Amino acid sequence: MIITMSSLIIPPGFILILGGLLLPLLSTRLKPAAALLFPLLTLMMVWLITPDHSLSVNFLDYELALLHYTPEGRIFATVFCLAAGIGALFAFKHASTLELSAAFVYAGSAVGVTFSGDLLSLFIFWEIMAIGSTLVIWANSRANPLALGASMRYLLVHLLGGVILMIGITAHIGATGSTDIVAMKADSLGTWLILIGFLVNAGAPPLSSWIADAYPEASPSGTVFLSAFTTKTAVFALLMCFPGETVLIYVGLYMVFYGIIYALLENDMRRILAYSIVNQVGFMLVAIGIGTELALNGAAAHAFAHIIYKGLLLMSAGSVLLMTGKRKCTDLGGLFQSMPNTAINGIIGALAISAVPLTSGFVTKSLETSAAADAGLSVVWFLLVAASAGVFLHAGIKFPWFVFFQKDSGLRPPDPPWNMRLAMNIMSGLCIVIGVVPALIYGILPYALDYEPYTLDHVVTQLQLLLFAGFAFFVLLSLMKRTLTISLDFDWFYRKLIPGLLAKIQIAYAAIMPPLTRFAKQFGKRRFDHLFEVHGPQGIFARTWPSASMVLWVAVLLAASMILYYLKL
Amino acid sequence: MSQEKHIHWLYREENRRKLWYIQIAILALAILPEFFIHHHAYFADQGIQLDSRAGFYAWYGFTTCAVMVIVAKLLGFILKRNDDYYDE
Repeated sequence: MIITMSSLIIPPGFILILGGLLLPLLSTRLKPAAALLFPLLTLMMVWLITPDHSLSVNFLDYELALLHYTPEGRIFATVFCLAAGIGALFAFKHASTLELSAAFVYAGSAVGVTFSGDLLSLFIFWEIMAIGSTLVIWANSRANPLALGASMRYLLVHLLGGVILMIGITAHIGATGSTDIVAMKADSLGTWLILIGFLVNAGAPPLSSWIADAYPEASPSGTVFLSAFTTKTAVFALLMCFPGETVLIYVGLYMVFYGIIYALLENDMRRILAYSIVNQVGFMLVAIGIGTELALNGAAAHAFAHIIYKGLLLMSAGSVLLMTGKRKCTDLGGLFQSMPNTAINGIIGALAISAVPLTSGFVTKSLETSAAADAGLSVVWFLLVAASAGVFLHAGIKFPWFVFFQKDSGLRPPDPPWNMRLAMNIMSGLCIVIGVVPALIYGILPYALDYEPYTLDHVVTQLQLLLFAGFAFFVLLSLMKRTLTISLDFDWFYRKLIPGLLAKIQIAYAAIMPPLTRFAKQFGKRRFDHLFEVHGPQGIFARTWPSASMVLWVAVLLAASMILYYLKL
Repeated sequence: MSQEKHIHWLYREENRRKLWYIQIAILALAILPEFFIHHHAYFADQGIQLDSRAGFYAWYGFTTCAVMVIVAKLLGFILKRNDDYYDE
């Protein structure tokens, strides 16, 4: 193992990961201070890193570049640190130590992805993220019995995504011999699988439902952490590896409207916001697919702003959940009377996500629509404008209306404790400061930007679009009457159809089931033994290609553990 | 104290009409600049002038949202299930 590094610079993600592992060992008095300190130190380290710094570790035949500066990486890492730090402020009184600890490991590995200089390092952090985030959901299973199942379904989806990504990286290395993170086109098996692996984490179809399935089962603070990292590291990875990949425009447009429609149908307040994540990431994917400098700047800026206002919205929803114990719109309403601070912060988050002038959404999302216009993509532009109106509809009005206004539920809970209010106020402040002084964010974007968001035309047209979208909401309010329902999605196939069929078969063919499972197990074992013979430490392939076999092993083990879990053998 | 006092003015029946008037006044105000400014046609070279027409953003915002609400409503008939559907 060779380590080359200069001065006191270490990969920033390591601070958060180590901090997360250290947290359970600290005394109750030290914990809150440490929870704020680690993200702050990480943020400082992010900004100390220059293109001259590097740290590489030899791993088999490859060199893992764990510290590789890019302007894109820095902007994502910055907002990840902010989300971890302000999230910790929101969380520290109520969150379990396991949740906070897992959240830091999760956030740290997300930062790790943004500083990865090669696909293998990226993959390692990618997988640590999957474990950390699963634990964040799982940590809530005592308070919410649904969290256990949700965390396992979440893990399965991410292990599947990880396996696809790993096979893609392996095939890519096999074809090109390169592990570099560079702009690629989906034109070979390897690059296609890498693209699909990234898209699974971005919440792309057909597996989009994992976001709305898993995130709302976490604790009030857990969901805040979850909303920040997984989908946005996927946006980062796509931004670095697939700028200008046309497929992303179509995938993104689908996600944009999928998010709106499902959020409109939804009754659970945090699930509305989870669908809205898919919608927002859809905008970013469209921009990455357009691929011009303006569009890529837009995707990065929008991701930055989104993490903050979505965190704010989920803090507001989390406060409501904590203080009322209720999560369904049908049970809520009228809370602005006793939770004014939570309501105002929720409304600011809602205005920001809707891109109302003077908020962060206005100065960032408009880069993406402008990029579509500049690229001459008229259909894409018209659809994005419609979707912008739809954002106001499903998140901008629907969330605050049904939670804080609509009918008076009679609930009169107070605002949450000071740390939660402070965290929300800071997030609101950031939404407005970025909206008023866009140079703050324009200055750190990857490409030079000459763009003025505050033209009379832009402000007027945006206000018209949103106000009339709002009018449509109130005119059609009777069509949006909340019902005690969920909406079927692709996950129906693996949550209902397949288990149902298996159960039917088990009952109908009770006699032949035991020999059949025995056969399946033996078949699996034989294949496994064969793989071991060929690819194991003494295997034919292992002798000549140790690293390639190692990579294959990782894939095989992941696949095997997934199948075993799924079949509950 | 009467029961009336406890009801926030937003929830009082007599204010409902006022709230609609306020909303319509705001919409009228938002439309006002259409008489003074001309919008940029982003796709003039493709022969598309729609986005520069007066009032485009207002009717487009309203119509597309209405369509999305109705599509969601219709899909709801197929997709909606009781929220304990997946609970064993």
